[in-house]
Amino acid sequence: MTTGRPMTTGHAGQPVTAGPPAAAVAAGLVVDLGGFQLDLPLTVAAGEVVALLGPNGAGKSTALRALAGLRPLSAGHLHLDGVPLDSPSDRLFVPPERRSVGVVFQDYLLFPHMSTLDNVAFGLRCQGMRRAAARRTAAGWLERVGLAGQAHTRPRQLSGGQAQRVALARALAVRPRLLLLDEPLAALDARTRLDIRAQLRRHLAAHEGATVLVTHDPLDAMVLGDRIVVVEDGRLVQQGDAAEITRRPRTDYVARLVGLNLFRGEGSGRAVRLAGGVEIAVAEPVAGPAFVAFRPSAVALFLSRPDGSPRNTWPARVDGVERHGDSVRVHLDGPLPAASDITPAAAAELGLAPGQPVWAAVKAIETSAYPA
Amino acid sequence: MRTPRRRVTPDRGVSAGRGPRGLLVPAAVGLAFLVLPLVGLVLRAPWSTLPGRLADPAVLAALRLSLLTATVATAVCLVLGVPLAYLLARVPFPGRGVVRALVMLPLVLPPVVGGVALLLVLGRRGLVGSHLASWFGVSLPFTPAAVVLAEAFVAMPFLVIAVEGALRGADQRYEDAAATLGAGRWTTLGRVTLPLVAPGLAAGAVLCWARALGEFGATITFAGSFPGRTQTMPLAVYLALETDPADAVVLSLVLLGVSVAILAGLRERWLPSR
Repeated sequence: MTTGRPMTTGHAGQPVTAGPPAAAVAAGLVVDLGGFQLDLPLTVAAGEVVALLGPNGAGKSTALRALAGLRPLSAGHLHLDGVPLDSPSDRLFVPPERRSVGVVFQDYLLFPHMSTLDNVAFGLRCQGMRRAAARRTAAGWLERVGLAGQAHTRPRQLSGGQAQRVALARALAVRPRLLLLDEPLAALDARTRLDIRAQLRRHLAAHEGATVLVTHDPLDAMVLGDRIVVVEDGRLVQQGDAAEITRRPRTDYVARLVGLNLFRGEGSGRAVRLAGGVEIAVAEPVAGPAFVAFRPSAVALFLSRPDGSPRNTWPARVDGVERHGDSVRVHLDGPLPAASDITPAAAAELGLAPGQPVWAAVKAIETSAYPA
Repeated sequence: MRTPRRRVTPDRGVSAGRGPRGLLVPAAVGLAFLVLPLVGLVLRAPWSTLPGRLADPAVLAALRLSLLTATVATAVCLVLGVPLAYLLARVPFPGRGVVRALVMLPLVLPPVVGGVALLLVLGRRGLVGSHLASWFGVSLPFTPAAVVLAEAFVAMPFLVIAVEGALRGADQRYEDAAATLGAGRWTTLGRVTLPLVAPGLAAGAVLCWARALGEFGATITFAGSFPGRTQTMPLAVYLALETDPADAVVLSLVLLGVSVAILAGLRERWLPSR
């Protein structure tokens, strides 16, 4: 780390000598959009892929535009490889064309009046490379993304997946220190998506610079991102690798994304007392403000109160029933609003209907408790 | 602008083609009113003597002058009008509405008034013209340059409207994309923005050129009608009508031919086949 600024999050606090590469991106992105404020600390190491995950309107795309220089910061700062790019307090702003940043836009924005090859060569030409050399290099990139045969096609004639790869080649051709991808797979159909996701992962792994990728799809974030930064309402609410996020969600949004029941309460010993007074027995001791998470499939349903075993049991009311993959998801109302996944056979046996009272049970060993 | 990728054909529904029949009569009269005079022009043309009359040096001189001045006027409009259209379309500034109204004024102003105004400003005793004369010894009125200025004055709004509309319709995010690829503002303008609006730009230029070619009122007021020097085709038509009506018909036919050619060239844009 060459900058003397205090870093707000992530690896930045660690000493430079201790292994992790210095952060390529170190930023506190503050953008004021009238009624909405983005305030997002962000560090990305060289070679690292950070996925910004969040619901629509969370400010992910605003963050991306701020990183690219398409929207100036209102406050905070942005450094790339230790060089300040945007610092409102110093009245410093480097425009997008002078940043080493490549962007893959959501709908690609390939120039419709240029061939695929010239689209990829555009950035190289802007860097002052001669036409012939730029085209040669661009052809190499098209080959790398498997589109050597499409060099003279107009973007209009490309399929969605092809256009996505051209956009990636165009962004990578200038060898940016920071690659930004805005919902790179959102515009693709399910089948192409699978394919392109795998290819994209390979290209991102080969990219030496930092990568920030914006998505609202948790699967994209988990497959493509080395680290996931969850953004809600302009704020960072959780970050970590895929395993961490899926095991220990910290907001209802994340819990829903990863399909867990999540409750917040006060831990003492092997129990967490929730706001409504309900107490959940947990496997690991936890103290102070804590989360309890458990899978819907860990929630068993009974018509009468079950007894024995170290179970948490509580009375509930069926709120709704829907198919969920191979099982049936039952939404429960009551003191502990949770989801329960049971087999279709069990559902038939219970004869579940909305409004019906049931008993829900979850074993302490199936719960995961962690400090809030 | 052409719609990207797919052209959506709206469902016309059952009411399509079911208007009150009474509309047919005035519609037919309107069409006849527009077409019949042109038919008359073609029918009354002195076809047998046509080649000889066309080869008349006076006719050729007028035609050459018209084509030349209209082209130069269009070039002037492009150089001045495109930046103007860009400002109006992209740069918010106080009084933009007033500026747009001023730019459009020549569109509704009687051309002869434009000619008088030009004369008052650029004439020998005009606000600017007097300085041009005393400092540089330049006198604009009644020169081919005056023809160009008169034509440009009247034709510029056509270009500005077309280009401004195209710029407003163009997706500005392409410019964002260009910037992230390292393109400066001029590169973006030249390699992305203008090519994107090229169809609108071309249509505007052609309309502008056609308007300049047909310019009469401002030209005769500001530039006069000196054969070979400022007498363009429309002026020649008008004067020939008094001396040799057959010549007027021939000259009119030439202008009609040029107009039809323009329309044919623009049919993609202005005459959708549906």
